[in-house]
Parts: sequence; structure tokens; C-alpha cells
Amino acid sequence: MNIVLGIINGTEYTIGDTLLELSYLVAALLFVVGLKMLSHPESARRGNLWASAGMALAMATTLFLHRDGEGNGISIVNIWIILAAIGVGAAIGWIVARKVKMTAMPQLVSLYNATGGAASALVALLEYPNAVAGDAGSLLVTVLGLIIGAVAFSGSMVAYGKLDGKVGDIMKPFMTYLNLVLMVVTLGLGAYIVVSPNPPTEMTWAIYSLLALSLIYGVMFVMPIGGADMPVVISLLNAFTGIAAAMAGFIYNNQAMILGGILVGAAGMILTILMCKAMNRSLINVIVGSFGGGVSSGDREQGIIKEINLSDASVLMSYSQKIVIIPGYGLAVAQAQHIAQELDELLESKGVDVKYAIHPVAGRMPGHMNVLLAEADVPYEKLVEMDDINPDMPNVDVAIVIGANDVVNPAAYNDPGSPIYGMPIIDAHLAKNIIIMKRGMGKGYAGIENELFFNDKTRMLFGDAKSSLQKLVTEIKTM
Amino acid sequence: MEQLLQFFFEYKEEIFIIALSIFLGIEVISNVPAVLHTPLMSGANAISGVIIIGGIILVGHADLSSFSLDLVLGILALIFGTLNVVGGFAVTDRMLEMFKKKKSRKS
Repeated sequence: MNIVLGIINGTEYTIGDTLLELSYLVAALLFVVGLKMLSHPESARRGNLWASAGMALAMATTLFLHRDGEGNGISIVNIWIILAAIGVGAAIGWIVARKVKMTAMPQLVSLYNATGGAASALVALLEYPNAVAGDAGSLLVTVLGLIIGAVAFSGSMVAYGKLDGKVGDIMKPFMTYLNLVLMVVTLGLGAYIVVSPNPPTEMTWAIYSLLALSLIYGVMFVMPIGGADMPVVISLLNAFTGIAAAMAGFIYNNQAMILGGILVGAAGMILTILMCKAMNRSLINVIVGSFGGGVSSGDREQGIIKEINLSDASVLMSYSQKIVIIPGYGLAVAQAQHIAQELDELLESKGVDVKYAIHPVAGRMPGHMNVLLAEADVPYEKLVEMDDINPDMPNVDVAIVIGANDVVNPAAYNDPGSPIYGMPIIDAHLAKNIIIMKRGMGKGYAGIENELFFNDKTRMLFGDAKSSLQKLVTEIKTM
Repeated sequence: MEQLLQFFFEYKEEIFIIALSIFLGIEVISNVPAVLHTPLMSGANAISGVIIIGGIILVGHADLSSFSLDLVLGILALIFGTLNVVGGFAVTDRMLEMFKKKKSRKS
């Protein structure tokens, strides 16, 4: 491994060095191929494996082949320490990932994103003393890595707290300005560190202040954003983590880190924009947060709410030809996906055609609902995306809305004053009958009235989604 | 300004990689069905754990002759990075496993 192959720019390079760089190339290619495969349903799982194989390869070769500037490899003692640390992280990561409930998936993604951001910030912090004063370029990437990593960390932690219901929304008008000031101060201090002629050893106070400011900014950045917008925020922070890792790649002159990081950064940005589009909002609008507090054109005639009892509902469902179930987060919270699938199977056995209409932002993350229903053994083909089901809605006998609200709110079409005006929705109001399962008359996550509830064709079935569905199943079985 | 130009020259290959990776990332992701948004985000999140390589280099060449705060922070960075990588890939696999199961049962 230590046989010298040749000399470039006065530095000798060995077989080991060459193999290391070669392994980085292979790893980078595996990241690209893996990500590509992840975006197709057929190959997604293999794609994930390819990407993880690339990561394992890069980790192993770095551990055994990396040499520092003086040509020293990593010593045995250090290797053991690294393996121990990796062992701890891997064990915790694996166990938590296997044990967590599917409904808690978005929180977990947020949490893991936080740890990635923290790692980037720590690496930048620890590499800072090795930078040379006046070398603006490498100071710039170090400072950027620190700021972006720290913001991704604390921001993701707040997002985790919000999704887990531990942190509420705090939105005061002055926070927008406070955040702006905070951002300017943070970037200003960062710029000062980059251009300062003092050696890094004399700037310890500055780098730690920068870390503290960045952490505070991360918290303040996510705090005013409504809980319903957390998927967008997590996706954005995910892109941040990628960029922070790429910045660290500059520090180590490591192409695999740069490519992997920027790949995730770009993909994360696009995913963020796709999510915003699904909600018909701009990214700026999400970040500044004009949602939730908005006043809807409230004082209009609302009409009367009509309830339906269980036996009527079962009769209606059993004698229908075509039923569409529209699930929302309420279904996930009530852990009702399994019992919904039972109802679906029961109705199918009676010759009813049952489909699920999936809104792009149903659940707490795009695609989250698909994962939840897949967990409950609902066949993939029964999940129909919004654009495919809407033209068929007028032929549907019963639309069963379970724990969804905003995604079926016709205000998106006909109330320009509504915060969700223009958002694409599932056209539940076009179905011949509508049954809405709800806990109570509360407003949706966006905090606005839903005129669908007052529609002539609508019947409400109040109660916890899981127990209502359970009772429906029992009722239909006895028929 | 001069230093930034110098930086550009010194790292020109890396900057090329960045420019091309941005397009690559956009290209690879576009046309992804909404069904896969969550697994994709989770998988991409795991890839952003490449920072672990930085952690390995950092701790790998750390001076162990005396105990220092830096070493502790470095080890912490390693643990965090591994959490991101292993946890991220494991969670993604678990989500995708469910899609898989349905498919094979049906066919």
C-alpha cells in the first residue's frame, strides 16, 4: 500500500492514496445511481442499498488508507476509537429506526437530519484552528459549514419538537424583523472571521459566538413556521445539511463529500419546491409564515351540519358501487390505517370498488400517507393520486373523508379570501354522497372553516376515527 | 478579492464538481412520484451523512497523548454522523420494504 507510484506537485502518492481516491469515485457514483433509483418505485429499495454501500465503502477506505499531510496513516489506537464511536452511533441509529412507529417517521427523519447538521458544525468548529489567517477561501468554507450545519441542527430539533407535539407555534409579528437582524449579525460575524488577519487561535471567542448565534438563529427560523409546514422545513434543512457536508468536503479536499453533499443540497431544494407547489405556495411564503393566523371570510351563511348514524352509514357503504376513501393525518394519529384496510376488504368482498385518494401533502410529509397505508397492507394499486382520481369523482357513490380537512376544502376553488385559495384539492364535493369522520367540529391544521361540512350531500360521523371504523366494520359484518 | 480568485484557482476542480452536481441533483430528482417523496427525502438525508468521512479523518489524526475537549467533540461528531448515516438508510429501507411487500404479494 505504501509503494510510491509517482509525484504530483512535489507530493508523493502511493498505491494506497490511489485506491482511496478510486474508492471515493466509486462511492460518489453509487450515491448518484442510488438517488436515481430511489426516485422510481421499482428500484427504490435497491437504490437505497447502493447508496449505503457507497457510504460503507468510503468509510472503510478512509479509515484504512487515509494519510495526513505528513504522510502518516491513521494509527491503530485511533482506528479502535473510531470503530467504537461508529459502533455506538450505528447501534442507536439502527435500533431506533427499526422500532419507531410509522406515524412517527417524519419526526425521526428530522432528528437524523439534526445529527447530520451537528456533525458538520462540529467538524467545522474543530478544523477552524487548523486554518491559516488570511486564507479567505478555506476560512469561508469553514465558517459556512459551521453556520449552515448549526442552523440545520437546531432548526431540525425544533421541527422534531413541533412534529412530536412538544413545541408549539410561536408567531409574533416582530419575529420576522428579529430574525432578519439575527441573520445579519450572524453573517456579519462570519464575514469578520473570514477577513480577520488574526490567527484562528486568537479568535476562539468569535468562532464559539458564531456557533451560538447560528444555533439561536436555527431555533428562531423554525419557531414561527406553522406545524403543518414542517415537511417543507425539514426538506429545506435536509438540503442545508447536504451543503454543510459539502463545505467540510472543501476543508478535506474530498470530492466524494463535495459531490454527495451538493447532490443532496440540490435534490433537497427541488424536493422543497415540489412540496411548496403541491400546496400552491411559495417558499418565501412558507418561511415568512403568513399561514394560520389569516382571517377567512368568516361571517358567511354556513348552513346546517347533518349527522349520520352507524347503521345508516353501513347500509350506504354496503350498497354502493364505488367508494373513495380520503385519508388525512387524523387517520394516522388515530392509528386507524389497519382498521380502514379491514373495512376496505370487507366492502370489496361485498362487491364494492374501494380506492384511496391520496393528496400530495396528506399526512405530515408528501408520500407519508402512502407509507402508512402500505404498512397496513393496502395494495399499492389502490392508492390513487389526486390528479388521477378527480376526473372520476362525480361517479363515486360515497367519498369517505377520514381525518382530512384542508385537502378537501372547496374554499380552495371558490373563496379568494381563504389562505388555501388555489391549492389543489381532492374533489370530494363532487361525489354523490360524502361521509366525514371527525373527532369534533374543530378546524383543520390551517385553521379555516370547511364549507364541505355544510354541503347538502355531506353527513358527519363524529368520534375517534379508529373506534368509528371499528364499529362500522362490526355493523357491516352483521348485515 | 485576490484571495477569492486564488481560492477559485486552487479549488477549480471542486467548484466544477459543485456546478455539475447541482444540475445532477435536480435532474435525478425531477419526475419523482409523490409516493416516493418521503423515502427519497430520508434517503437523501442519509447521503448527507458523508460528513462522517470528515469525522473519521478528524479523529483519525487526533493527538491522543493528552485528553482534550476537541477529542470529545470529535468523537461526538462521529457518533452523530453515524446516527445520520445508519439511521437514515435503515429508516428508508423500512419504508420501502412496505411497498415491496405489497407488490410481491399481489403478483
